[in-house]
Amino acid sequence: MPLVEDGKIPRGASSATVDKATGEAYWARTSGLMWTMLAIWAVAGFGVHLFATSLNTITVFGFPLGFYMAAQGSLIIFVVSLFWFARKQNAIDEEFGVEEE
Amino acid sequence: MSDSPKAQSGDFLSNLGKIYGWYTGGFAAFVLVLAVLEQVGVPNRIIGYLFVFLTIGVYALIGYLSRTAQVSEYYVAGRRVPALYNGMATGSDWMSAASFIGMAGTLYLQGYDGLAFVLGWTGGYVLVAILLAPYLRKFGAYTVPDFLGARYGGNLARLAGVIVLMSASFTYVVAQIFGTGIIASRFLGISFELSVFVGLAGILVCSMLGGMRAVTWTQVAQYIILIIAYLLPVVLLSAKVTGVPVPQLMYGQALEQIEALRATKEALAGAPSHITPFINSDPINFFGLIFCLMLGTASLPHILMRYFTTPSVRDARQSVAWSLFFIFLLYFTAPAYAAFAKLEVFTNVIGAPIASLPEWVSIWTNIGLVRVTDANADGILQFREFVINADAIVLATPEIAGLPYVIAGLVAAGGLAAALSTADGLLLAIANALSHDIYYRMIDPQADSKRRLVVARVLLIVVALVAAWVASTRPAGILAMVAWAFSIAASGLFPALVMGVWWKRTTSAGAVAGMVVGYGVCLFYLIGTQYMGMPLWFGIRNISCGLFGIPAAFLTTFVVSLMTQAPSQAMQDFIDSIRTPRGGVRMVSGEKVLD
Repeated sequence: MPLVEDGKIPRGASSATVDKATGEAYWARTSGLMWTMLAIWAVAGFGVHLFATSLNTITVFGFPLGFYMAAQGSLIIFVVSLFWFARKQNAIDEEFGVEEE
Repeated sequence: MSDSPKAQSGDFLSNLGKIYGWYTGGFAAFVLVLAVLEQVGVPNRIIGYLFVFLTIGVYALIGYLSRTAQVSEYYVAGRRVPALYNGMATGSDWMSAASFIGMAGTLYLQGYDGLAFVLGWTGGYVLVAILLAPYLRKFGAYTVPDFLGARYGGNLARLAGVIVLMSASFTYVVAQIFGTGIIASRFLGISFELSVFVGLAGILVCSMLGGMRAVTWTQVAQYIILIIAYLLPVVLLSAKVTGVPVPQLMYGQALEQIEALRATKEALAGAPSHITPFINSDPINFFGLIFCLMLGTASLPHILMRYFTTPSVRDARQSVAWSLFFIFLLYFTAPAYAAFAKLEVFTNVIGAPIASLPEWVSIWTNIGLVRVTDANADGILQFREFVINADAIVLATPEIAGLPYVIAGLVAAGGLAAALSTADGLLLAIANALSHDIYYRMIDPQADSKRRLVVARVLLIVVALVAAWVASTRPAGILAMVAWAFSIAASGLFPALVMGVWWKRTTSAGAVAGMVVGYGVCLFYLIGTQYMGMPLWFGIRNISCGLFGIPAAFLTTFVVSLMTQAPSQAMQDFIDSIRTPRGGVRMVSGEKVLD
């Protein structure tokens, strides 16, 4: 329940920012993006390193691939995916008209 | 940067690029001047003094210029910090003395298995960005317990949050002050105890007058120094060894040579592989550590509160990406340090006659970070006869590369910046939880803003003094406990924060029970295995105790929430409002909106 004082409209009273259906659709898309990111996180953070021993048989520029992934590859994936996430989420916000004014 | 004329403040914010550009140029000129001074015969000791005191002086100046008398400036820098600069500030807030000095050494000693730290301390930012930062920013809290108090309706959750925060952050800040003491005493030639209080002064001048605002702008300045100091020596070393000044690409060659030497050089018998996984820790401990460090990153209040300072939700998301980018610059360089140092040791130190070791070995032997023995009395240094402390890798690289002393001074300034900036962030997180959550929210909600700021500053000084006093006693036990901070924070806070945003059904009772159980399980395992001789469960080391605490907390929160009455419609509206970037936050009745 919003804090309503003196009949004025306080901060937060703009409860009709989005209607219920739009709100739910927006949250479904946002959750979808979250799960996608979580999957990327799990693969880059854990998944690939399960195969470190076999990846190490491949060498690129002197780097055994398994070592490279833990030392650099996964980190690059994390950084790039975060910039991608920020852009993608902005696009979702705009699509549903819930971006900040 | 003073408060009253708004235009002035706007001027500062719109000229950030220019200001920090000049600052970086000024710092480069300062290093060049010192390099010249060294060449004309100014003693090393003076160069060390200039580095330590001039950098601390600059931070103090920024702290003074950022002084403020406004509550929102003090707690969240007025929420005007642009995403990129907040990213830099988070970078130095995050990277501690341990990252700056210790990380490369850990990688040197443990090879592949040390990369658990590299992965764990970066990947957590993905969780920060997708699960928490934008929503906490939308809520508009001053502190992390503030969010718990609002979402879980009351002071019990708030208090639980403060307790977890204190346990995780206090040992951590003691370690940072300890780190500043070590660095300052080495480069100033004064006693460790005195150095701790020099460091303390350096920390307080940054944060006391301006709170978060001052800490933000000093942290940006400290990031610039620490990243230059970290990259320069290894870039020069890479250029010297491989001819290409890009160590992050060129250390592949070093890795190849290390493994080749290990296979062929007789004196290297017994040296473990640098690249083979799971020698020092089995897969479950390797992945368990990564997991705990990542979830811990996403729960540490001094990191989360940095995202309260951006102008918008959109900027908060962007800012996490920038933070990770700036952190990445250091972390993807650390393995290069380890590889080049190891190559040097394997090529020029091991297998060499003990009588004629390279000069840097004797320098660091005198300081006590390198130990050379001749166990088999053959006059040749064997792998097993050479012990190097993890801290020596980064510190010794300037000498390994044959660089002038000014570079060693630069590294010291960088390490000091790393330790000071992290200490600033942690102290502020602790003191703000005490002044805002305990004092203002729980003890005296009627306090006016002047009084609140006085209390905040007094508590900041008190916490800092206590931390410095503990650090000055060289508490070995406390330093060992630092690595636990991540598991403690993750077990106590992560489920309550994440489920509070992502699962509307989470109830107050569920969240509080989850925090208590997670924190309890984690502490029980830590104390039991560390001090009571309790056997390890499934062989999991206690640094990863979050592996038990985190699932226990999630499960408890889930079960207890389902057993208790669902949150009110008003609470559900509140959650909807923090999930949506547009519009205001619909506070539940009885909760006070922040000013």
